[in-house]
This record gives sequence, structure tokens and C-alpha cells, in this order.
Amino acid sequence: MTDNAMQTEPQGRKLHMLMRVRGLVIKEFRQILRDPSSISIAFVMPVVLLLLFGYGVSLDAKHIKMGVVQQSPSVASADFASHFYRSEYFDASRYEDVPSAKEAMHQGTIQAVVILKSNFTQDFYSRPTAPVQLLVNGVNSNTANLINGYVQAAWQVWLSDYANKHGLTLTQPVQQLTRIWFNSEVNSSYFLVPGLIAIVMTLIGALLTALVVAREWERGTMEALLVTPVSIYEILFSKVFPYFVLGMGGMLLSLLMALYLFHVPLRGSLWILLLSSALFLWVALSMGILISTVGRTQFVAGQIAILVTFLPAFLLSGFIFDLHSTPLVIQMISHIVPAHYFVMLLQSEFLAGDIFWIILPNLLALLMMGIILTLVVLKKSHKRLD
Amino acid sequence: MSNSTTPLAVQSLNKCFVLPNRKIEALSDVSFELKPGRVTGLIGADGAGKTTLMRLIAGLLQYEEGEIRVLGLDVATQSLAVQSMIGYMPQQFGLYQDLTVRENLSLYADLQGVPEHTRAERFEFLLSMMGMNAFYDRLAGNLSGGMKQKLGLACTLVKAPQLLLLDEPTVGVDPVSRRELWQIVYQLVEKEGMSVLLSTAYLDEAERCDDIKLLHEGKLLAEGPPKKFSEAMLQRTFLVSHPQLSKRDLKKQLDTLSMVKDALIFGDALRVLTQDSIDSTDVLSKALEKSSGMTGYQIEPVAPRFEDAFVDRLAVQEGEVAGGDSNQSAFSSTQLSSSQETAEQTTQGPAIQVKELVCKFGDFVAVDHLSFSVERGEIFGLLGANGAGKTTTFRMLCGLLPATSGHLEVVGLNLRHARAQARAKLGYMSQKFSLYGVMTVEQNLAFYSQVYGLKGKQRQERINWAVETFDLQEILSQNSHDLPLGFKQRLAMACALMHEPDILFLDEPTSGVDPLGRRDFWDKINALADQGVTIMVTTHFMEEAEYCDRMAIMASGSILSLGTPGEIKEQEGVSDMEEAFVRIVQSGKSRKAPDKEDTSDDEEEAS
Amino acid sequence: MNWSSWISLSRIFALMVKELRVLFRDKRTRFVVIGPPLIQLLIFGYAATFELKQAPIAILNQDRGIISQEIIGRLEGSDSFEVVAHLHNQQKVNQLINEKKALVVVSFPMDFSSRLLKDGTTDLQVIVDGRNSNTALLAQNDVAGVVQTFNQLWAEQHNLKQPPITLVPRNWFNENLENNWFFVPGIVALIVLIVSLLITALSVAREREEGTFDQLLVTPCLPIEILIGKSLPGMMVALLESNVIILIAIFWFDVPFRGDYWLLQLSMMFFIISAIGVGLMISSLSTTQQQALLGAFMFMVPAVILSGFATPIENMPEVIQWLTYLDPMRYFLVIVRGIFLQDVGMDVVWSQIWPMAIIAMVTLSMAGWLFRHRTA
Repeated sequence: MTDNAMQTEPQGRKLHMLMRVRGLVIKEFRQILRDPSSISIAFVMPVVLLLLFGYGVSLDAKHIKMGVVQQSPSVASADFASHFYRSEYFDASRYEDVPSAKEAMHQGTIQAVVILKSNFTQDFYSRPTAPVQLLVNGVNSNTANLINGYVQAAWQVWLSDYANKHGLTLTQPVQQLTRIWFNSEVNSSYFLVPGLIAIVMTLIGALLTALVVAREWERGTMEALLVTPVSIYEILFSKVFPYFVLGMGGMLLSLLMALYLFHVPLRGSLWILLLSSALFLWVALSMGILISTVGRTQFVAGQIAILVTFLPAFLLSGFIFDLHSTPLVIQMISHIVPAHYFVMLLQSEFLAGDIFWIILPNLLALLMMGIILTLVVLKKSHKRLD
Repeated sequence: MSNSTTPLAVQSLNKCFVLPNRKIEALSDVSFELKPGRVTGLIGADGAGKTTLMRLIAGLLQYEEGEIRVLGLDVATQSLAVQSMIGYMPQQFGLYQDLTVRENLSLYADLQGVPEHTRAERFEFLLSMMGMNAFYDRLAGNLSGGMKQKLGLACTLVKAPQLLLLDEPTVGVDPVSRRELWQIVYQLVEKEGMSVLLSTAYLDEAERCDDIKLLHEGKLLAEGPPKKFSEAMLQRTFLVSHPQLSKRDLKKQLDTLSMVKDALIFGDALRVLTQDSIDSTDVLSKALEKSSGMTGYQIEPVAPRFEDAFVDRLAVQEGEVAGGDSNQSAFSSTQLSSSQETAEQTTQGPAIQVKELVCKFGDFVAVDHLSFSVERGEIFGLLGANGAGKTTTFRMLCGLLPATSGHLEVVGLNLRHARAQARAKLGYMSQKFSLYGVMTVEQNLAFYSQVYGLKGKQRQERINWAVETFDLQEILSQNSHDLPLGFKQRLAMACALMHEPDILFLDEPTSGVDPLGRRDFWDKINALADQGVTIMVTTHFMEEAEYCDRMAIMASGSILSLGTPGEIKEQEGVSDMEEAFVRIVQSGKSRKAPDKEDTSDDEEEAS
Repeated sequence: MNWSSWISLSRIFALMVKELRVLFRDKRTRFVVIGPPLIQLLIFGYAATFELKQAPIAILNQDRGIISQEIIGRLEGSDSFEVVAHLHNQQKVNQLINEKKALVVVSFPMDFSSRLLKDGTTDLQVIVDGRNSNTALLAQNDVAGVVQTFNQLWAEQHNLKQPPITLVPRNWFNENLENNWFFVPGIVALIVLIVSLLITALSVAREREEGTFDQLLVTPCLPIEILIGKSLPGMMVALLESNVIILIAIFWFDVPFRGDYWLLQLSMMFFIISAIGVGLMISSLSTTQQQALLGAFMFMVPAVILSGFATPIENMPEVIQWLTYLDPMRYFLVIVRGIFLQDVGMDVVWSQIWPMAIIAMVTLSMAGWLFRHRTA
């Protein structure tokens, strides 16, 4: 219907089109600048999230509170225990007996306890090996795993010290030499901060856009726009463009914070990073506009946006939780989450560099999603109220 | 048939809305043409299909059958071309509240492709016509209701359209601004030769149109110049009064007569429309004397108005006004018995007493040393331009807003100390008909009866009373959100009356309601007042001002004039209430600082 | 404020019924209250995991001997890994890791077997993709576990001298370190927070927007009645939903429930009241539903992150740890995990309840005050 109309329009209307688009774009920017909720989603929320995740969330444990019980203190047991008191990974304190240590663990004061039993000294000197009991609070399974690893490491340090002192060769048959690539110090902010860019752009592109378009429907401004000679493509473009700029602004803000505040290395090319961000933002914006077209009220649009864009970007993108370990169904769902591809690109571009076979398939996936969503948006949007 | 000079031609138009459970025929077989360079009024009750028709013409909706041609172009296939030639102002015009006046105008200038160099001149022309050229840089959100409406009109006019569509442009607009809007429309028709189609619920406005299309339940009922309509009513309209009878008693007598189709309070007299034309006033006075056994009725014929024709035609269609009579008697008897009780309980004295009341928001004085009192059983009208401080005064009287200073007494209770007790004695109905939209009519009634502390048998009685009086039986299980406006208003009033309040506050209770609904509503108000309930009302309808016992006209937070409708008209030396109102407000404005008038009428909009 | 009129139970009841009707009669709100929590439970329950399952591993075996085969066999048998490639030269390693085809590459040098036989010790190279630092640590630990078992067996088989001390680790409360046992009880807390916050955050704002709040304020209802009338329905819905989730946790996700059920319900009430308090406060501060929605969102995201839901509070910097004391969810997480897995008693629970009670008191009285004093 609109196509026909375009054809029959008088010639030389290009100028008018530019004028209309310019007018709408300027209007949109003015509204963004004057509306506190736009500003807070576009600029305050990213900073809060980056600070929280950059500083607040750390998966690697340090200063683990632990207890040490020596039932019959001796030189040997004290020597072993001292390794825990000295380690920076542990915040060890001494408990007189096992029940009090267990009670402390129950209360949550300590996360683990090392128990040197009363027959420890005897075993140590007379038997081939003296067992030492390690109890770990398993409620937080992840932390418990880490604690087990740290205690193991402390034990290894003790072992080599002991061997050196006594001129023994107590080497392990197989020694594991691990190298962790891309993030050798296993700094979790290197991993979380790049992924956050996807969250920030989802907030601006999908949530904020859905809300502002729904607001136009709700306040009746859309009806007034629709009766002007502006075409639906012009309306769509002038909604997308300002929020595209805003989204890229949010992205650059996050990028600067990542590079200069959290010192995350950027090993890939900046241009590819920008290209993939632009592509992802296009997808997010299309989702936002589609949601508002379906929802039409701010309440509904906001809810849908949180449910279908924000939560998946958080949970199903690989931003925090590794998708390899999830059930097949979840992995399959994650393939229709655009943020999944973008997070993959982000983490690789920042930490690993330009890897052709990461860049290409993920960019293609985003491109396809963008095209499909855009087609749906164009089909769903028309200059009518019904 | 139609050619490119015909601004609008509609041919056998049909439009349905399909809902999950039913199909609504919004328009059926509507055909008409507009004459170029004329103002045509689209008149009809709520739900007649006015807005749907407007939207169809603007190309915002698709239609199943028929044809709409605007200036010779088919709307269905050439909507963009059509949209560049028309101006359309929807009921709730979408001004961007966080943009300034100038920015809103520039946006629409861009959208309409107005060349850059002609803009400044055009803006100046439009804004000075609207009397708004001092407000270029004010945010649209901070304008008063009337000004917003004028700015909306200005935005649709940035490029002089050839056809202007206005959907109820004057709802909620005070008489002064309304008059200005009309002047603007006529100036435009004259200067720029545009054709105008506008819908309105104010029937006095219909008379200002050159041509009328009367729409009812999706069908075009009648068309022609307003004169043609009113002339058919000749010898059917009279002014009746009686020196000993109060106007409401007289109305009751008139309503019982079968030959009277409609009786409306008009100042101190009643305006009567008879069923058929009668040759002399004697017929009417005889009938009155016979039924009441009294003499001394003064009857004089008056010129018919468009409204008479409207009531005549639509009341036949709906039988609503006729049905109102029986309702009203039921209403009176039950309410009477209980309100006598309440009258005994409360001490005597005025129902509302206000002394030196002040309300400030920051530096802005919304209400400036206001003093007045309202007697029990009185209908007191509070009138004023948008932004005069009516809503603020109302909110303070209801205890929704603390007064900055001054004395406020409602039914003998000081609102500063005894707010909760005072609240139990007052009913409040806001202009938005605030009801819980997703709850059914029955659930709304049940809820309000409970929060007002009604219990057991008494509660059931009140609910039954409400259902009966307001004719809610058939819609009891419908969600109140889906109700037509008139029903919403009835339900809102039923809820506000649940606890038999001594005072009823009505804030623009008829805004947007069609004339038939308004009549019905006022019948009930009159009956309440008769039983000693004090009623305080704000309105923009000047004919409703006539129904009040006394009224105050406010501007810039103070009262400019106070008295009975007759006194106020007399004081200004005019017979028309609107004329009196406009004169009072304009002379008041010249005395006050000129920029005070523009602030928004309720603080909700400001924040 | 005039308190001379008594609080009326029938008014509170009417307000409650109204609130529940508004929540459940509208299709959209009904969906928002019921749908998202359940979807979140399922997605969270499966997606939120900090353990490795079937992580892709590649093996570069240049060993001329056969000892490497034994370790490879153990890696292949491990639940954590799935061997995706057997390599024969170094060149492919980069590509596999870079392109995320493999998370780990284990490489056996040419002299792997011969050195072990000759010197009694040999090196195993492990390369881990560190882009996800947490996964990297887990992978490293899991490989180490395999190597450890091999070492022990080797030592036994060859009668090597044992280390003078051996560690005998045991995990309490969650013996097999089931990841779900940690997350699923946390999800109970998360969803209770989301539901009670959303229900109440929108309630006052919606009434303000629709004008019904004014209508309510002109009735003789006291602010405290409105407060209770608004809180109780939210509480009922949140309690009901949380119990459904607890059942799903126990019977679907197989999380053991070791503690006192009623103690959990009691503490849940305090948590819900504090969340409702926050919700009502946000709601009374906002004039529109959009503001309320964004306000709730802006509170919720940090509140979840700082609660210890996914990462321990002890790992956070001190300044941020102080902030967490304002977060009601941090207290309830301790309780819900404690009662599910540890069977904690009143002493532990009480130390977490009173801070929530204080948060509830402060936020609720703020909300009640704002009802009347915020001139919209």
C-alpha cells in the first residue's frame, strides 16, 4: 500500500525526505537529553554494571577463612600447619578440637578445616604416609572446588620444601605444567568486562528502544506522526539512528573503562570490534522495535524486553556461565540468542585477537539475525493503527 | 461525482472491528461529501463512530467496503499523498511534552516539508493568532490544557492543509480558549480557504458550523446546515418558570408530563422541549396546571437550538431520556430515607467553609487567599479557565493536598486535624473516572462499599440501590475498563455515593460525555441536591453552570465573581453564560500579570 | 496524621481482595506474575552452572611409549571432558584453542614414557583457553585430578616412596559438590525477590497513573491500611510461588532438604516483607509505571549481583562488602542455603533475620509516609 503511494508521489521529494528524517532525528536526540530515564539506562547503568562486575564480582577466592586443628601438636604438625598460616590464599586460624572447628564451619565462620589427628605425629615418623583430613564446606560447590585446589597446592609446596630440606626426591611421577592462554593470571575481570558490553548494548538497543517507541504509542504522539506525510521507513530509520548512536556511545564508554580502568588487553583489531558491535546493536534495535510494535504499552514492552533480551543476554550468552556444560536444550536455545554470538566475538577480540574462524561465523550469524529481524519489523510496521 | 475540488467524498463506507468474542460494526454504509471552504461538524453520541471515521479519512485504518476520496485521491491507495495535503489533530494530540513549543513546531514543519525560510513567519503568524508568541521556549509539558490544544492545532497547521480534520478539539478546554480556537479555525478558513471537518460533543459548537453530519451508531442519521435542524423544532421550545416553585421542583413536574420531551434548568427557569409542535403556550400551561393543580406558570416561547434537534432525534433512537424519568423516582425515594438520617447526625452550619486558603508550589501561587462558603444542599459550581486553580482547590478540599495556609472546614470538620473523619463524609469523582479497570462493575461496587465501612445487610442494600439507580444490572460482570464512557461515569458516581456522603465533589464529571449522558447525569445530581446533599462541581460546559445554585468564576487562584447564574449574567449585562464568563475572565486577566495564566491546571502535568 | 480512627480489618480485607483481583484478572499482569519466574527457574536451574561437563579437549600425543595412553584413557572416561581431536603435531594446537574448538589441549612430549621410566618423573603440558577465566580454572583442576589419580596408582604399582603426608579431602553438606545444590536454593531467593518487587513496585505507580490512588486517598482508609492491603497480597503470591519453586527444587532438581521447613517459611516472610518494602518505596517515589519498572530494575540487578548469589561476598572488595549489608537478599541466601543443605538452627537464622526486619521497617515506613506526602 505504501509502495504504491511512493510511486505516485511527485518527483523531487528527496529533499523533503531528508528534512523529515532530520526533524525526527533531532527530536529524538532532544528527548534523550531531557529524559532522565534514557540517560540513566544509557550511561548510569553501564557504569554501575561495569564497576560492580569489574570490582565486585570475583570468582577467584583469596583469603579463604579456614581452620587448622592439631590434636597432638609436634614439630612435624606445626611445620605442616605453618604453610597455611603463611599462605596469602588462606586466612587460617587455630582451633583446639574438632567439634569446635566443625561448629565454626556450621556457623559459616570458616569454609574449610585441616585436621591433624592425634596419631598424626606417630604416623608421620613410623608409617609410609600420614593422612591429613581436609573438610570443605560444599554448599558453594564452585568455591569448594577452588579451596580443594588451593589446599592441594599448599600441600605440594610443603612437599617440595620438605624434600629439599631432607635431600629426598619426592617428585611426582607425572608433573602437570599448565599454561593458561590469553589470561595467564586468571583475572576474572578480563573475562567479565568484555562480556558486559553485550549486556550494556542489549539494555540500550532493546530495552530502552522498546520503551521509547511504546511511549510514543501510549502518549498518542505516534498517531500524530502517522498522519503526516512521513513514510514508515523514515519513522523507523529516525528511531533507529539516534539509539544506534546512543548504543555505540555506551559501547565506547564501556570500552574505555575496560581498557583504562580495568586494563583489559585489546588484542584484536578495534575495527572488527566496532563492526561486530554495530552489527549486534542493529540486531538489538530491531528486537526493541519489534517488541514495542507487539507490546505498544510501556509496561508490556518493558516486561517482554527484560524477558526475551536482557535475561538471555545475561544467562544464555556465555557471559558468565559456560554454555558447554549446560544441557543440550539450553545449548540449542542459546543459538537463537544474538548476545551469544556477540559475547563470543567480544571475549575473543579482547583476549585472543583476530581469529578468522571465530569472527566470520559469528558475524554471519549476527548478520542473518539482523536481516531476518529487520524483515519482520518491516512487515509488522505499517502506517495504520489497526 | 467527486472531483479534485471536493475536499472529501465518502462512498458507502463500512468498517468493522473484530474482537475475540464479537464483531463491532463501527460504521455502516456512510456516504457524504464535504463542501470546499466550509466548516463541517461531525456530531454524535459516544461510540457513534466519529473517531473511527476521522482515522479512516486520515488513512490510519483500513476499511472493508466503500471508498474515501480526499481531494480526488483514493485514501486506500494513496495515503501518503493524501497525508501531505491534510492536517489531522487526534483527540489526544501527541505533543512531545519534553520539547519546547518551538521545537514541536519545527518538528512538524520538517515532517510537512515546510521550506526553511518561510518558517519563522508562519510560526509567528500561528502563535500570534493563538496568543502564544510569548511562549516559544516553554516546554509543551508545562503548558495549560487549553494552550496544549492550541499548540496541537498550530502543529497541524504549520503547512496550510487543504483539508483539516479535528477530532473533538475542545474537550476539556475552557470557554475562553474554546472561543479562541473557533476564531482561529474561522480565520484559517477565510484566509487560506481550507475545508474543515471537526467532531465535537459541545452542541453549542455545532451551531457554529456551516454544515452538520449527524452520526449515530455508525450510521449517518441526518445532514444539513444547523439551521435546518433547529428550524424543525420551531414551536416546540419554551421557557417555563413559576414564582413559587424552585427550579428543581418545577423540573420534576415537567418531567411527569407526557407531552414534554425534555426539560432543562436554565438559570432560574426551565427550558422545555415538547413532543410535538404546539400552537400556543396555553396547551403547555393547561397541561401543567392540570397535573399539579397549581396556577401561575409563566411560559414564553424561545428560539430552538441545535441541541433540541439532537435530543429529539437521538432520544427517540435510544429512549434514554424517557427512561430517565422512572429511574429518577426510584432514585429519589431510597436516597431520601437514608440521607435524612445523616442530616440529623451532623451539626448545622455551612457544608464547606474556606477562609484565606493559600496553596503554593515552590514560588508559584496556585491558590491565592481564597474565601467562600457553600451551604448544605447547594449545588455549587467552580468555573475557570484551564490553570485557574480549580483542581488544586478541589484537591485541598478533599484532603488530597495539604494547604499552605488558611482555614478549611468541610461538614464542620477542620481538614487539618480531622482529615479521616471528614473523608468519611465526602464523595469524590475525578475527571478521569478513576476505577479499577480490570475489575468488574460488581467488584468495583463491592470494593468501594467495603472501604467505606459498610457491612452486611446495609452494604447489600447500598449495592442494590446503586445497581438499580444507575442502571448497571446488565453490565455487572463486565470489566469497567471496557465500558463506554457514559457507563464509566455512572459507575464512578455510584462508587462515590456508596457511603451516602454529605458532600459530593465532582471534578469535570461530564468531560467527553455526550449530551444525552450529561442530561441523565444531571437528573441524578438534581435529585441528590434535593435530598440535602451538597454538591461541588467544576465544569467547562456553560450550560451546566446554569444548573448550579451558585457559582464562582476563578482565575489565577482567586475568585473573580460569585453568585447565582442569574446574578452573574446580570452583572455583566448579558443573557448568555459563556459571554459572561469570557468577559469576566478577560477583564480579570487584564488586571493580573499577563504570564500567570499559562501555568498548567493541575500539578500532575507539571511534574 | 490522625490515628484516632481505628484500623479496620474489613477495610484491609477489601483492599487485599482488590489488589489480588487487579493482579490476577488482567491477562498480562497474570502472565508477568506467573510466567517469567517459572521460565527463569528452568533456565537458571540448567544454565547457571560452574562445573565442567563434556568440555572439548584435544590430545597432542607425540609420546613414543605407551604410558600416555593410560592418562588419555582416563581423560576420555572423565565426565568433565569430551575428547574432540587427537593431534600429531604442534601446529594445530593454536588453531584449536583460538577457534574455541577445544578448551584444553593436553600434550605428551616425545620422551613422556621414556623419561618416566628412566628418571621416575616426566612432564605433561596442559594448555587451557583462558578467555573464560573461571572455566579455565575448573579445567585445570579437573585435569589435575586425573593426573593425581594416575600418580597415586603409579606410585603404588611401582612401590615408590609415598609422600610423608597425604591429603584426605571430604566435602561437607554437598559431598559430590553438586553445582545445582548451590544454585537452585539461591534461585528460590532470586525469584521471591523478583516477584515481590515487581508486584509491589508497579502497584502504587499504576494506581497513581490511573487516578485510582486519589480515589483511595479520599476514602477513610488509613495509610497503614493501604500499606498492609498492598503488602499482604504480594506476600501471599510470593509465598505461594516460592513454595512451588521449593518443591521443584526438591523433586525435579533433587536438591536435598535437610533443615526445618517452618523455619524457612518464617525467614522467607521477613525476606518478602523487606523486598515488598523496597518495592513499595520505589513505587511511591515514581509517578509513572515506567519509572517504577526502571527503578525496580535498577535496584534488582545490583541486589542480585551483590547478594552472593553467584559469587561469594567474601571475594568482593571491602567497600563493596559494606554495600551488601543493605541488600536483603544477602541475608536470605545464607538462610535458604543453610536450611536446605546444612540444617542450620535458629541461632544462625536469627542473625540473618533481624537485619531484614530493619530493612523492612525502614522501607515500609518510608513508603507509608510517601503515600500521602508525595504530591504527584
